Amino acid sequence: MMAEKRSGFFVKRAGPLALLQDAGRFGVRQLGVTQGGPVDLHAWAWANQLVGNAWGAAALEITFGGLQLVAEQDLTVAVAGADLSATLDDSPLPLWRTASVRKGQRLAFGSPANGLRAYLAVAGGFAAEPVLGSVACVAREGLGGFDGRGSRLAEGDSLPVWKTSGSGRETREAPDNERPDYRATAQLALLPGAQVGAFTGRSLYVAFNSEWRVDDRADRMGIRLTGPTLRCRIESLISEGISLGAIQVPPDGQPIALLNDRQTIGGYPRLGNLTPLAASRLAQCMPGQVVTLKAVAIEHALDEHRRFLRRFG
Amino acid sequence: MSDCPQPRLEPAGLDAWMVRLFDSIEERNLVWLTALAKQCEQALGSALVDLVPSYTTLLVVFDPLRLTPGEVRQRLIELLAGLTPDEAAAEGMLRELPTWYDPSVGPDLSRVAERSSLSVEAVIEAHANREYRVFALGFAPGFGFMGLLDERLECPRLETPRRKVPAGSVALAGRQTAAYPVVTPGGWNLVGRTSARLFDRDREGFSLLRVGDRVRFVPVDKAEFEQQGGDTTPAVSEGAS
Repeated sequence: MMAEKRSGFFVKRAGPLALLQDAGRFGVRQLGVTQGGPVDLHAWAWANQLVGNAWGAAALEITFGGLQLVAEQDLTVAVAGADLSATLDDSPLPLWRTASVRKGQRLAFGSPANGLRAYLAVAGGFAAEPVLGSVACVAREGLGGFDGRGSRLAEGDSLPVWKTSGSGRETREAPDNERPDYRATAQLALLPGAQVGAFTGRSLYVAFNSEWRVDDRADRMGIRLTGPTLRCRIESLISEGISLGAIQVPPDGQPIALLNDRQTIGGYPRLGNLTPLAASRLAQCMPGQVVTLKAVAIEHALDEHRRFLRRFG
Repeated sequence: MSDCPQPRLEPAGLDAWMVRLFDSIEERNLVWLTALAKQCEQALGSALVDLVPSYTTLLVVFDPLRLTPGEVRQRLIELLAGLTPDEAAAEGMLRELPTWYDPSVGPDLSRVAERSSLSVEAVIEAHANREYRVFALGFAPGFGFMGLLDERLECPRLETPRRKVPAGSVALAGRQTAAYPVVTPGGWNLVGRTSARLFDRDREGFSLLRVGDRVRFVPVDKAEFEQQGGDTTPAVSEGAS
């Protein structure tokens, strides 16, 4: 890589969980290495887009808030996704739009006001050496992040950024209809899977006609949903590959949506897959929030996803 | 496709197909699954994002901007029609994992012995005196699911998984065996520890084991284990019932 590193931010306070994420780690799942990458692809893509970064640039995924950064240079940034009460030198920082940060200014995230995860992108992208082709930070595997060892941000860290050739950056803003209200009840699009017929008729009815509560057993591997018990005639399968957004149903009948850091293979029957954008939306839900599942046709889901990807192409 | 049943293509989201070739775990599955993986690489080219082989299936993940699910399905149907087993894969690479079998690093050794009505020595012999195949990699980077274990050693997973299984731990569950590449939570029965580095980012290909490899656990004593760089820190018996 020809790009040059320069200093970006200093971590004054790390908060509960802040991770470096590019688009994810691909082509290595046959080694048992998970995908990683932003659990809210939508907000991550917008944050990068707003500062003029190409698809795949590394941004910070900030969960719950609490992170405090001090700029070591003048920087162009954008925060998209959850409203974590971000401030710049104690003034509220507008979300979903480009902002300028001067050297020495303090960018601080408070607590969640709407949604769970915010993405901070900086023009040029955060700089780290890829491990297995990606800087996506997966703590469980000890891969990626700024140190290459899967470490979350810690107090005292210096976060370098890639130097950009761009100058005179214009202010950009995401349109209103691209800024979800994460507090609203999300209707999650689900593509029915091959084992859908093994669920009882009653279970299929309640799966798509009930409210599901987001459990507090939720992380970047998966999010458990609680509600009526789903019954499947298959209790377990021979372990097989799991794709993003798979809704697996263990014998207790309570579904788990599998996200970016999921294990590469598993053996529970699946209702189907959330679309990538539905998985993104679920990743912004707080424990206790209610979601519903809606079966969609693949043509419709594919059109939507392609439109999304092309926008950031 | 004499020993290959009718393959089935199952949807797995808008960017993946599950190719199901078999319904049971057999060593012969490997030659078909390996052939299928190679063919997919050729047929999908740069539209291929990931392949996840397992015991009876291959998950094919593709880039939905380059190919539609329908196009990928069509290509898979075509290549499945002409699929022949990759007999070279039947050989597999032989990997030897030097293993120190000892209660300090294998805290479940005596329980496995009790359960199987064998002496600890007989358990070690039954485990080491056998060649295993790597059927799948998953769970953690470089974690190989190997089989099949001597029937007498068959044992269920722990009811409560350990929160921290040390790297290198050699373990049993059901009729499978494995070695943990990195520290991770885990519910398998620990019987020893290998000094082999199973996942190494500085190694070409990263993972010591590949699907299809043949594996032997070679018993070594403590001195040899230490000399090869093995970590003798005892495993915590936390979680063991």
